[in-house]
Amino acid sequence: MRYLRGFFILTAIVVAMPFLFPDNYYVTVVAVAAGLNAILAVSLNLLMGYAGQISLGHAAFFGIGAYSSAILTTRFGWNPWLAIVAGMALTCSVAFLVARPILRLKGHYLAMATLGLGIIVNILLVQGERWTGGPDGLGDIPTLSIFGWIVDSDLRWYIVIGSVLLLVVVLAQNIINSRSGRALRALHGSEVAAEMMGINTTATKTAVFVLAALIASLAGSLFSHQQTFVSPESFSFFFSIELVTMVVLGGMASTYGAVLGAVILTFLPELLVVFEEFEVMIFGAILMLMMIFLPQGLLVGFNEQIRKWLLQRARASGGEQRRDIA
Amino acid sequence: MFDQILQFLLTGVTVGATYALVALGFAIIYNASDVVNFAQGEFVMIGAMSAIALSASNGLPLWLAIIISILITVGVGMALQRFAIAPARGASVVTTIIITIGASIFLRGIALLLWGKDIFALPHFSGETPIHIGEATLLPQNIWVMGGGALMVIGVHYFFNHTTQGKAVLACSCNRTAAHLVGINVSRMMLIAYGLSAMLGASAGILVAPITFTSYETGVMLGLKGFSAAILGGMGNPMGAVAGGLLLGLIESLAAGLISSGYKDAIGFVILLLVLFFRPSGLFGKASADRV
Amino acid sequence: MSIIKTISSLAVSAILTLTGSQLMASETIKIGSFLAITGGASFLGDPELKTLQMYVEEINAAGGHAGKQIELVHYDTGGRAKDAVKFAKRLIQKDKVDLIVGGSTSGTSLAVMPLVAESEIPFISLAGSVKIIYPVQKWTFKMPHTDAMAAAKIYGDMRKRGISKVALISGSGGFGKSGRTQSINLAKQFGITIVADESYGAKDTDMTAQLTKIRDTDAQAILNFGFGTGPAIVTKNVRQLGIDLPLYQSHGVASKKFIELAGEAAEGVRLPAAALLVADQLPDSDPQKAVLLAYKSKFEAAHGPVSTFGGHAYDGLFIALDAIERAGTTDKAKVRDEIENTKGFIGTAGVFNMSPQDHLGLGMDAFKMLEIKNGNWVIVE
Repeated sequence: MRYLRGFFILTAIVVAMPFLFPDNYYVTVVAVAAGLNAILAVSLNLLMGYAGQISLGHAAFFGIGAYSSAILTTRFGWNPWLAIVAGMALTCSVAFLVARPILRLKGHYLAMATLGLGIIVNILLVQGERWTGGPDGLGDIPTLSIFGWIVDSDLRWYIVIGSVLLLVVVLAQNIINSRSGRALRALHGSEVAAEMMGINTTATKTAVFVLAALIASLAGSLFSHQQTFVSPESFSFFFSIELVTMVVLGGMASTYGAVLGAVILTFLPELLVVFEEFEVMIFGAILMLMMIFLPQGLLVGFNEQIRKWLLQRARASGGEQRRDIA
Repeated sequence: MFDQILQFLLTGVTVGATYALVALGFAIIYNASDVVNFAQGEFVMIGAMSAIALSASNGLPLWLAIIISILITVGVGMALQRFAIAPARGASVVTTIIITIGASIFLRGIALLLWGKDIFALPHFSGETPIHIGEATLLPQNIWVMGGGALMVIGVHYFFNHTTQGKAVLACSCNRTAAHLVGINVSRMMLIAYGLSAMLGASAGILVAPITFTSYETGVMLGLKGFSAAILGGMGNPMGAVAGGLLLGLIESLAAGLISSGYKDAIGFVILLLVLFFRPSGLFGKASADRV
Repeated sequence: MSIIKTISSLAVSAILTLTGSQLMASETIKIGSFLAITGGASFLGDPELKTLQMYVEEINAAGGHAGKQIELVHYDTGGRAKDAVKFAKRLIQKDKVDLIVGGSTSGTSLAVMPLVAESEIPFISLAGSVKIIYPVQKWTFKMPHTDAMAAAKIYGDMRKRGISKVALISGSGGFGKSGRTQSINLAKQFGITIVADESYGAKDTDMTAQLTKIRDTDAQAILNFGFGTGPAIVTKNVRQLGIDLPLYQSHGVASKKFIELAGEAAEGVRLPAAALLVADQLPDSDPQKAVLLAYKSKFEAAHGPVSTFGGHAYDGLFIALDAIERAGTTDKAKVRDEIENTKGFIGTAGVFNMSPQDHLGLGMDAFKMLEIKNGNWVIVE
């Protein structure tokens, strides 16, 4: 039941926002961006938070999805839904191919390998002008239509991205609480121990890696249709690092933490624009301070603070009672 | 053809020397504190930018400007350790990575406020008349970069292997508690490691600034390349990091010259990935054993 | 619980920002701008913003434009298309601006064009790519010369010097890539053969490898499309390698900074650029001269050496204001029609004559071929 509570709160917020703030830029534009980032962060969190495998190249799969949709719909006139599936199929095969050699690596070496993968994909997007349009990007991507319901306004995109986010959260929570989810967490604890318990660590890690990549690819396709324009710098290694930051900031190994991290990191620059020249410095300082004082991430950190506070109160009142007895 | 290759090699070594110094900085901090310091590139930027600011606008002689700017950077490095890394002790590896990323954004933000967005150049130390080696050419500044780099690598090697202080820093990296128990002032050793690493970064920045120019953003790319070089050589092995840096510079230059300049960075990373697939701890890294 | 807390505090701050921005009365002209103020293209966005701010301040201090105060709302895209789209939406939906002057880079301009068309708001782009105005899009206009015009100007000059074999080197950013494409497309038309096609990354620090390859071709000249540190390093590397060929740069280096960085190596480099750089060398009969000198002295008094990039913002701002004045309203459709009717507007980039078929309105004559001599530009014709 406990994990359902978070889901209900999230659903309530997602549903309530457009009613509370109709036609508001922060809901229809920024929240849509936050929702996409949240989908990516939740998928990355499966890999990082639960399987304990850092990835600094997640934007690559986001990019493969986005460009598959963009290229197949604009240059070959494919149906957008077919293009999404094709993008996911391509992502699946790429992820599966690289998963084995890459996931053999550990710690910083894994970080480097995924970072390298992300950069290589980005260079291909920049240099493969004939297909990708190069650094100037690719435009005129058609929007989606769901059984005749054309997703052509910001509000409609809010509904689509919000629903997909909720679905992805349910999926992630189910995986975490399933048998394979327990295997995943065992992986994070100790790989050797997990191996001893009879968990096929390589297969489990590969499965999570591919799944995370698939979700990122789906998010990429949605991004592509929502923006109707893609260019390589949206999928650069800076964005990969931003995604990792979202996961860590919200609180690793917590799906809702990832969502929270994504929301904060998307809204923060919006609120900081008033500082103009100081924006960069302030953003860096906030990031640093949050991680120094809440190293477990915001969600876990806050929860812990509250628990500590409750515990202290309980202890304080408990102590008084004991004194009374004495 | 031979002249071409010679030129590619010279170019590769110059570029590689910069990567090597940044990578060495990564390795020293990693060795001392298990932290991958993503703000390493900012040391390079701060060194170069403050040297330029001091010599150009404040009119200090170049050598004095260089010394002061190295000291400034060392101060920044120590402050980073003291106020950002030390308070977060015990945090997970990823958390410290994010802290250093935050620090690098913060430092870049300050540089932006102090020096603006312009690109600057430092004067060449000893003129710009090219030196000819056959058909290939070299600038006097390239020799400064290589020579200065080599000198610092030797210095670092000497420091860690032949001085008490250096050995004490190494001891902390092997086992913090044990080092503390034998009476080593661990927190001072940490400061030394960060200061040393900042000094290397600043020197690299100053040495290359006449050739490559610099702006508040130059740290990002150099940090990335330095990290790649440190991993290629094997994280935690200082001399491996130097070798990794030189190798990465050579690969890029040869790839640009012989294969394709558009894909040279991609080729560099593909080779890096291949190396990792066959040697998961880099070229000269020790295989790590998992703690059970 | 903590989720609710955070969300509610975020919501509160969102409301605060929202109400704050709508206090302005309707008796103002609201000009929106999204520019690459930071990032690799900041040398475009920075002078553009300074120019806009400088003139808006001046006009407001003098009582406004046709009796109306001007409000400038600007955001920094960092040169990222994703942020450009987001901020363009913010300008249109939240700030409710009357028109947009901005988009320092081609990528950011191209990215917002569908949005601009859908929202039916006039957009004056400050970026270079020819793709922005060909094919013509109803709501989008553009101030700088296109990269295709730059390539054509350079090729014309090469032909005059009897050059027919060119080695191309370009940056891998949007500007360099687009310039490269246009150069390759136009080569045949001018009877020019491209004998080498090299590139470099935006942050690369040494191009001797690429130039060594070029040295061993039979090229008669080198053409470099790029901006930032790249072209300065290329220029220095060319001299270091002792390559004795004419070097052409693009209008991407049309600022004093390039000469300062490349130093002596810049001597003899040729580039196509707007007349702004050589305003004092123009004959007094030149209709542009007065405008150029006025802008130049105003900008230099406040911010240091001019570049042609800030000039584009000047052109964009005043074409927009003139159109609003002629329309007598800030009604978007009417202002758009008037921008399209711009005739004989003397700007920093040249004399603009727009039409429904031409949303740039500049001819080749506005482009000058310059050569760097003794650390300054000289017109070569």
